[in-house]
Amino acid sequence: MKTYLPPRFVIDRYAERCIACQVCVRQCSFDAHAYDGEDDEIRSYEKNCVGCHRCSVFCPTQALNIRLNPLSYRPNVNWQPEFIEDIIRQSEGGGVLLTGMGNDKPYRVYWDHLLLNASQVTNPSIDPLREPMELKTFLGRKPDRVELDPASLSLKTQLAPQVAIDVPVLFSAMSYGAINLNVQESLARAATEAGTLFNVGEGGLHQTLYKYANNAIVQVASGRFGVHPEYLDVARFIEIKIGQGAKPGIGGHLPGGKVSEDVAETRMIPAGTDALSPAPQHDIYSIEDLAQLIYALKEATNYTKPVCVKIAAVHNSAAIASGMVRAGADIIALDGLRGSTGAAPKMIRDNVGIPIELAIASVDTRLREEGIRNQASIIAAGGFRNSADVVKAIALGADAVYIGTAALIALGCTVCQQCPTGKCAWGIATTDPILSKRVNPDIGARRVVNLLRGWSLEIKEMLGGMGINALESLRGNRLHLRGVDLTDGELDVLGVRLAGR
Amino acid sequence: MGGKGMDHWERVNNPYDDDKVIAACSLFGMMDTSGKRFSGGDTITAIANMHERGNGLGGGFAVYGLYPQYAEHYAFHVMYLDEAARREAESLLQDGFRVALAEPVPTRKTRAIENPPLVWRYFLEVRTQNGQGLSHDDYVLEKVMQINTGVRNAFVFSSGKDMAVFKGVGYPEDIADYFRLDEYQGYLWTAHGRFPTNTRGWWGGAHPFSILDWTVNHNGEISSYGINRRYLEMFGYHCTMQTDTEVIAYAVDLLVRRHHLPIEVVADVLAAPLWSQIEREDGEKAALHTTLRQVYGSLLLNGPFTVVIAHQGEMIGLTDRIRLRPLTAATKGDLLFLSSEESAIRLVCPQLDRAWIPMGGEPIIGSLQRPLAKREPVAVEEATA
Repeated sequence: MKTYLPPRFVIDRYAERCIACQVCVRQCSFDAHAYDGEDDEIRSYEKNCVGCHRCSVFCPTQALNIRLNPLSYRPNVNWQPEFIEDIIRQSEGGGVLLTGMGNDKPYRVYWDHLLLNASQVTNPSIDPLREPMELKTFLGRKPDRVELDPASLSLKTQLAPQVAIDVPVLFSAMSYGAINLNVQESLARAATEAGTLFNVGEGGLHQTLYKYANNAIVQVASGRFGVHPEYLDVARFIEIKIGQGAKPGIGGHLPGGKVSEDVAETRMIPAGTDALSPAPQHDIYSIEDLAQLIYALKEATNYTKPVCVKIAAVHNSAAIASGMVRAGADIIALDGLRGSTGAAPKMIRDNVGIPIELAIASVDTRLREEGIRNQASIIAAGGFRNSADVVKAIALGADAVYIGTAALIALGCTVCQQCPTGKCAWGIATTDPILSKRVNPDIGARRVVNLLRGWSLEIKEMLGGMGINALESLRGNRLHLRGVDLTDGELDVLGVRLAGR
Repeated sequence: MGGKGMDHWERVNNPYDDDKVIAACSLFGMMDTSGKRFSGGDTITAIANMHERGNGLGGGFAVYGLYPQYAEHYAFHVMYLDEAARREAESLLQDGFRVALAEPVPTRKTRAIENPPLVWRYFLEVRTQNGQGLSHDDYVLEKVMQINTGVRNAFVFSSGKDMAVFKGVGYPEDIADYFRLDEYQGYLWTAHGRFPTNTRGWWGGAHPFSILDWTVNHNGEISSYGINRRYLEMFGYHCTMQTDTEVIAYAVDLLVRRHHLPIEVVADVLAAPLWSQIEREDGEKAALHTTLRQVYGSLLLNGPFTVVIAHQGEMIGLTDRIRLRPLTAATKGDLLFLSSEESAIRLVCPQLDRAWIPMGGEPIIGSLQRPLAKREPVAVEEATA
């Protein structure tokens, strides 16, 4: 069938610079470049270009530029080009529109409407170059009080298992299969070096990564892929995945084409079969069922590690989170509207869930109102772009944040949204053995560690500016935030005052 | 809660509805750890010497051991803006307590103090049938909150046994003059001169801030206020005054009275040791400090502060852990001095046994249980200035 889709991008090839070396041809996994031997020229196939910049970055003579195709439709507020082209795609292929990465719609990014405080005159800012600045964070259930033996004054309180992290940023769940082993190893090694954790997602923990298991979060998702006693035993903590910000209410779908022998073994499923995780956990139809699974996992691991429950941020997150804490969750992970994915139905990704900023604020507030905020840590996820977002999330009430996309960008990702095709030219969201080699774990780990180091330094600068030298003094401290260009209702949910007030 | 009174004082104390009330100041504390009572003269002289640290918008004193004849009664010092407030509060007190004595706090006419409110004192006994299952302290606390939040134009300065707070708008030496503090004797005196930056100052807003027999004098601006307050709200404390001092008082009340932690351990919560220090500590100590930070991280007081906290038989000086506000400690025989400036101590006691600047976060504790002359130095080690 002849496609009616116009090319999304234009490839500018500067003839005076191009030496026809064919690097672009070899780098492009989407066949947007081809070599014409007869004319000794490189040709462009722009309809195939996804705008991932792999060719442009690797072109040795900078002969390539990729830009949006300026081709215009007649302006129409209702019929934006995206909607027209979605219909074209569907009329040619049928089925559900699939996409990758996080929601790209112009819903308000509240981070960009929140401003941080700094000390002036009445208290001094603290210089992190000269003074200690503490980011150490403990995830896990805390009791209401510490009890000492009245006579000896020795410690009587025994805390539930706690997980220490040196920087309040963890890597969110990305499964082997969605990403390849080189990417997971890069994250595992970066987590180990930076003193944080990586999350293996629902794809199991590959044998070669067991040596990093002390920094691993293992997921128990609705498909139960790769879950066995040793998997639970070696992990730092266990995460029950109820939902994901990119696709609240539905399960995962790893196409059979990505399920190689190795992926299959790790997931404990036959090679080449689709790995379909059901929309709900079929043993959790209610809160008491969640409590049973939480305690089954705690029993299975002899109460040696926290159990986290991850949900997508949705309308009733506050009430749901409160139930999760009462059901025994030691950590709750909230994944917001802009949370990313390797594959999701476009309608779901773009229209379901609520922004993480509002979810953090309402969940933190609710747990405090009920006097149970100390009983669980909150990890927030969904579109964190920089260290300022992290600081704002913590001031709103999160204990730490998960990053996925930001870590992948450190490895080369340009957020071109082609993850579900399995053809990622940057060698990230693909299990193709050739493409996978594009991520070298030595270099990958270094790039991600560099990113975390940079963010840590920035977080310390911002804390010091606020006159704070330990992260726990910022956590839930919304007086250090002010809103700009927000309605009273938004300020009320965020628990933040308007700038100038 | 949320009665008319609370809204009223909130607006008075924080008229521009800022995040909180910001103030700085001078602190002084003097205690005879043998329990010998002495007049307020030296304390007044010392705090007056730090006149420049205040701006005349608040001065106050806490005195312990001043009412030996009513040592077992709760001594209420209550401020009224009008007679109606007094009548309403007094009927509440008469309902809730057996009143042994009610009288105006003696004052002296002075030029420096303008438009003083009425200040009365009451010596009260909790009626057993009024206990409602609450401990006497909790019962008293409830009544204090009832007056502060429910009776318009009435505010309780202090409500502990054998102790009292005298405070108001003015320089501390003028307040002392007005309340005739030179005529009282006590074994423990603390004093405060205030420099508020965002309020006009009112009588109830001066330091010390007090609940039950706890008093807090504070110099600093706590950058962790927002989370300290939200944490305390989980335990039912309502921070109506919107001051750092109030938050510190409630934190101490929670940790000491409700969680039964000794004051040394409370200091490790409010000015927690750094992780780098905890890593160097031995197993048991490291475990205690780690647990305290894990559980009470939200009560860490971050940002610059010095506090002089007192209650029956004990006086504690503490700075933030990187010591961003001044505190000098000194001893002479059984006397312990705490002061923002050493000169103020030297003025009243030139020949000290020791004077030193404590380490950041290190509590300096004077206690009747351990008179100074009979024990090792109060500080573990002497810090260099």
